Amino acid sequence: MAEQHNPMLSLRGLTRRFGGLTAVDAIDLDLARGELISIIGPNGAGKTTLFNLVTGLDRPDAGTVRFEGHDITGLSPERLAAEGIARTFQLGRVFGNLSVMDNVLIGAHTRLRAVKPAVPVIGPLLELGLALLRPASVKAEEERLREDVKAILARFGERLLPRIDQPAYSLSYANRRRVEIARALALKPRLLLLDEPTAGMNPTETAEMQVLVAELKAEGLTILLIEHKLEMVMRLSDRVIVMDEGKKIAEGPGEEVRTDPKVIEAYLGHGLSGMTEQESAA
Amino acid sequence: MAGATAPAAFPYPSGDQRLSSWLDYTINGLIVGNVYALVAVGLALIFGVSRLINFAQGSIYLVGAYIGWVAVVQLHTPLPLTIIVVAAAAALVGLIIERFGLRPLQNSVRIAPLLATIGISFVLDQLVMLTFSPNPRALPSQLPDVRFQLGGGTIGPLDLLIAGVGITSALLLFVFLRYSKLGWAVRAASQDRDAAMQMGVDVNRVNQAVFGIAAALGGVSGMLVGMYYNQIDTAMSLQATLKGVVAEVVGGAGNVPGAVIGSLLLGLVESYGVAVFGTSYRNLFAFLLLVVVLVLRPNGLFASARQAPPEPLTGTFIAPSRPVRIPRWALAVAAAGFAVLPFFPVSFYVLQTLINAWLLGMLALSLTLVAGTVGQVSLGHAALLAIGAYTSALLSLTLAVPVGLAVIGGGLMSAALGTLLISPSFRLRGHYVSIATLAIGEIVSLVILNWESVTRGPIGISGIPPLSLFGHDLISPSSVYWFSLAVMVVLALLQGRLLTSHLGRSFRAIRDDDIAARAYGLSLNRYKSLAFIFGGFAAGVSGGIAAHLYSYINHETFNTQQSILALTVVILGGLGNVVGAILGSVALVGLPEVFRIAAEYRILIYGIVLLLLVRFRPQGLLGTI
Repeated sequence: MAEQHNPMLSLRGLTRRFGGLTAVDAIDLDLARGELISIIGPNGAGKTTLFNLVTGLDRPDAGTVRFEGHDITGLSPERLAAEGIARTFQLGRVFGNLSVMDNVLIGAHTRLRAVKPAVPVIGPLLELGLALLRPASVKAEEERLREDVKAILARFGERLLPRIDQPAYSLSYANRRRVEIARALALKPRLLLLDEPTAGMNPTETAEMQVLVAELKAEGLTILLIEHKLEMVMRLSDRVIVMDEGKKIAEGPGEEVRTDPKVIEAYLGHGLSGMTEQESAA
Repeated sequence: MAGATAPAAFPYPSGDQRLSSWLDYTINGLIVGNVYALVAVGLALIFGVSRLINFAQGSIYLVGAYIGWVAVVQLHTPLPLTIIVVAAAAALVGLIIERFGLRPLQNSVRIAPLLATIGISFVLDQLVMLTFSPNPRALPSQLPDVRFQLGGGTIGPLDLLIAGVGITSALLLFVFLRYSKLGWAVRAASQDRDAAMQMGVDVNRVNQAVFGIAAALGGVSGMLVGMYYNQIDTAMSLQATLKGVVAEVVGGAGNVPGAVIGSLLLGLVESYGVAVFGTSYRNLFAFLLLVVVLVLRPNGLFASARQAPPEPLTGTFIAPSRPVRIPRWALAVAAAGFAVLPFFPVSFYVLQTLINAWLLGMLALSLTLVAGTVGQVSLGHAALLAIGAYTSALLSLTLAVPVGLAVIGGGLMSAALGTLLISPSFRLRGHYVSIATLAIGEIVSLVILNWESVTRGPIGISGIPPLSLFGHDLISPSSVYWFSLAVMVVLALLQGRLLTSHLGRSFRAIRDDDIAARAYGLSLNRYKSLAFIFGGFAAGVSGGIAAHLYSYINHETFNTQQSILALTVVILGGLGNVVGAILGSVALVGLPEVFRIAAEYRILIYGIVLLLLVRFRPQGLLGTI
């Protein structure tokens, strides 16, 4: 448990209530650098709400989020993006009218330097001026990012590169998910949160996605993954956390968790997305 | 609403009586609040079921007032029958709006119903104006003119009638929602439309019921206000929409009891505000209340501070489309063609028309950036013209700044002040942005009217020097033509360059999904500000040039009709489309001239064009960018 002393992400007592419902209930979690933790649990267990709390899209009612030793509880999503936290969305939130290239370039927004001088007060006006004048440094930066985007898209084989100038609304569902992941990678994240990256994908596509996530992990990226497909979870995860009704009901290596009676009860007891069914499918 | 139509007739006691009249102000505030409630409850019902702010609600109120006038003055109906006739006729209008205006758009992008109710509102207002003429009419109260003593104040039968109608409607509505089957369906649909549909609720019937009820209440309210002030005119419509929306938003959009309380609060705030500062500030209080609530509690005063976050907005705000690509050489040829036009024997009339098109084109460039590229559908864009015009006029008149520089000053002031004023609405979405911009536009116009020491108030500014460049006056039509064409082309080129920069994609990303945009580090405040700064400059320059061309401006020179015209231009050309904005301007300024359409029908035609576009070609002529 050496890594526990210096976790990259550390949640303590994180709680979020909606009216009478406690969507996230006193969750503790430590994610070490380079680790991949999967969060599983029945629908409505609070997994996505937990992601929203970590990425600043929602604020906790209690508890703290620490990232690289700093308290980041309640910071805005744009600040957290600048800190190097990137996420994908469960329902797929690509920018429909933007091309694939532009979608992924938005992911690289926090890496813009030349065109976004860090000057207080008049910084935004300088940004406007530089965007219109485009001196060589700005052009070079844009060119570099475009090359980066192409390299990222190449990781998806021939899925996205041929469609680089097509608007995202014209893409297939699976390709939109890929664009989302490419956009997250363009941020050069220190921490990547993937919310059901294979939702709606067929077995071939799921297998491709599993290979990609395994590569990212092998490259040393720290990943928090929400996933329903247990076979993928078991293959990829260092540890698995099981949530039910907002609470963490089990935590540990995949094999240990999958035989935990509490976990089986949580899935079967709620009659949702049966774990045994998925297991037998896997 | 009526404060603007007949301030003099308003039954407020004069200053000496102030101390003894607080009760009067309170009663008056509650009565006026009751009227607002009739409008606001309808808005809240509609919002609850359709997540739609019905900008046509004020038009139904207007229609109700005029039907009341026909019933009372021409048909001599007794009061109970008048109320029934007005309620029935207004409900019919509401049903027609729902069936033909909104139901076809059920599966459209979210901007479509918003634009449709704006278009419907303008069509209805213009139809009323064309039928009854824009002159005010007297709508006599059918009640005896006596006043009863009540504590330190007085109360008349009409006050009691308004209170009675308000309370009765609230009770009837409560019983309907609580105990009737259709009422249950309405409540179910407003909690979760999809779930209600799956449980077999006929959402179309629910919508019909809601629009019918809302329209009946709105119509009766218009009639009562007409009787209260004994005067009706077509300006009532926009005022009613604004007040109803303010009351609804203050109470919490979609919250029916909240709308009633918000209305009473609005009535009281206005009444006390008028007591202290005078009638000309009445609307200012309403809009300031709106802006304060939107900034501090955008979910309304009675929303719990910590609600579940809104369901993810996965649908796109604007219609996806592939823009028509026009080759650069074709644009260059077109620009050159227009540039050499004055060398040909064209009439002054043609040049004048095209100058108007270029000025509108600058405004449309501004609006297409703000509404199209960033997705902030502004309904107060004429305020940017006004700021630019007043700044440029005052700079050249009082500080003797050369006109060329004064126009640039107007653009800069419009960019700075416009952005500052609109900034409270940066955290808002969709319909709320439109309300806030509409209100801010009204605030600007009211400030211009009331800040006499600077703006010369209602007298306006006359004797504004003509356009000049480097000391040479631009008097001839062709020089003015060239000047405005050149300015517009430069602004268009700059905007085109902006769209191809990282700012262009950032703006469009914020429009398509502001939550995802924030998650990738895009600050909404920063980028919406930059868009308004850039767009504000173009609009301010347009207003500045206009001031020097007209040589006289006042607080009514730049009005909501221009904002709507610009919006129609932008939709016609394609949202965010620079070339489309210019093409749309030439088409909407030029075609009515070509077909010699009388001025009073033009707004009607703009409204109809807007409705047809939203329905049949939402991407406009050249496509959304």
